[in-house]
Amino acid sequence: MSFINYSSREINCKIVYYGPGLCGKTTNLNYVYQKTNPDNRGKMISLATETERTLFFDFLPLALGSIRGFKVRFHLYTVPGQVFYDASRKLILRGADGVVFVADSQVDRLEANVESLENLRQNLAEHGSDLDKIPFNIQYNKRDLPDIASVEEMNGLLNPRGVPVVEACAHTGEGVFDTLKDIAKQVIMELKKKENT
Amino acid sequence: MGSQNFITAQVLERVEEELRGFRQAAKARVAFLIDGNGQLLGQAGDATKVDTTAIAALTASNMAASKAIAELVGEEKFGGVLHEGEDEHLHLSVVGGIAILVVLFDAETSIGLVRLRVKNTTKNLEALLIQGAEEGVSEEEDLSPFAEITEDDIDQLFL
Ligand SMILES: Nc1nc2c(ncn2[C@@H]2O[C@H](COP(=O)(O)OP(=O)(O)OP(=O)(O)O)[C@@H](O)[C@H]2O)c(=O)[nH]1
Ligand SMILES: [Mg+2]
Repeated sequence: MSFINYSSREINCKIVYYGPGLCGKTTNLNYVYQKTNPDNRGKMISLATETERTLFFDFLPLALGSIRGFKVRFHLYTVPGQVFYDASRKLILRGADGVVFVADSQVDRLEANVESLENLRQNLAEHGSDLDKIPFNIQYNKRDLPDIASVEEMNGLLNPRGVPVVEACAHTGEGVFDTLKDIAKQVIMELKKKENT
Repeated sequence: MGSQNFITAQVLERVEEELRGFRQAAKARVAFLIDGNGQLLGQAGDATKVDTTAIAALTASNMAASKAIAELVGEEKFGGVLHEGEDEHLHLSVVGGIAILVVLFDAETSIGLVRLRVKNTTKNLEALLIQGAEEGVSEEEDLSPFAEITEDDIDQLFL
C-alpha cells in the first residue's frame, strides 16, 4: 500500500518480486543495487541461508527522484521462492502496490512457474487483493540458457491476461531495469487512477 | 496489522511531540514509530547514526513474523519484544493494531523504566493515529500530486 508523508512530501511504494526458487529474484535486486547511484539507494538487506537462498526477504529502498514536488521512493522486496517458505511469502506480500513475477525460462521449471503463480494468486486473495487487478508484469528470465521454452509457450501457460512481459538475463542485467521501469510506471499510473476517482 | 496510507504534517507533529516526551521520560536514545508495512512515521532523538529505513523494514517484518508465530501457538499476539545487545538494546511494541513503537536504549536507563513508559505512550500514540485517520487530509494538503501526472513525468525518474 503506497504511503504519503505530507510533511516531508514523500511517497513510498512497495514492489514485490515473486517466483519459484532459483528463478533469479535476488539476482534482479543485486543488479539494481550495483547499478544505482549510491545517492539514490539505501542499504540492501538480504536475509538468506548460508547457501544464499532467500530465507525471509531481500529489501532495497530506492529514491527515484521527484514528481511535482513529491519525492518518489520505491521499496523493493523479494520473497523466498522455496515452496515450504509460504508463510513468509504471505507476510512479505502484504501491502504490495505492484508485483513482478520472475519466471524461470528453463523447460524443466515450467511446472514450478505455474505452481508459484497459482500460489501468488492465492496469497494475494488472502490479503483481499486480485492478481488480475493490481499492477503486475512478468519477466522471462534466464533467456541465455540452452533448454528454454519459447515466449509463446510461456505466455500460453503464465500470461492469459496479456500483461507486459520482459525477456531477461538477470545475471548480466539484461531486462532488469526494463522490468523495474515498467512496474514503476504501472504503480504510479494506478495512483493517478485512484486520485482521479 | 492494519496500516494507514498517509500521515499529515499536523499528525506527524503530535506524534513526534509524544515521542519526544517519551524519550525523555524513559531516558531512551532514540524512539521511532513505524507502520505495519515498515514505513517510518516519526522519530525523536539523534538517529543520524541509525539506518531508520532499514530498521523500519526489518522490525515490521519481525513483528509480522512474531504475530504469525503467536497465532500458531494460539495467542492473539505477543507483547513487547526485547533485543538485548552488549551496549544497545531494542524494544518493540505494537501500537493498537496499526503501528510499531521502536525504542533504542542503553545503560542510561533500564528495561523496567522503558517498559513502564512504553505502556502509556503506545496508548497515546494509538489515539493520535486514530484521530489523524478520522481528520483525514485537508484540502490544502491534498495537492493530488499524481492526479495530473503524465508518462513524461515518470520518464524523468532516474530509472
Ligand atoms: N544463466 C543464468 N543464471 C541466472 C540468471 N539469473 C539468475 N541466475 C542464477 O540463478 C541462481 C539463483 O538466483 P537467485 O537470484 O538467488 O534466485 P532466487 O529467485 O532469489 O531464489 P530463492 O531465493 O531461493 O527464491 C544463481 O546462481 C544466479 O546466478 C540468468 O538470467 N541466467
Ligand atoms: Mg532469493
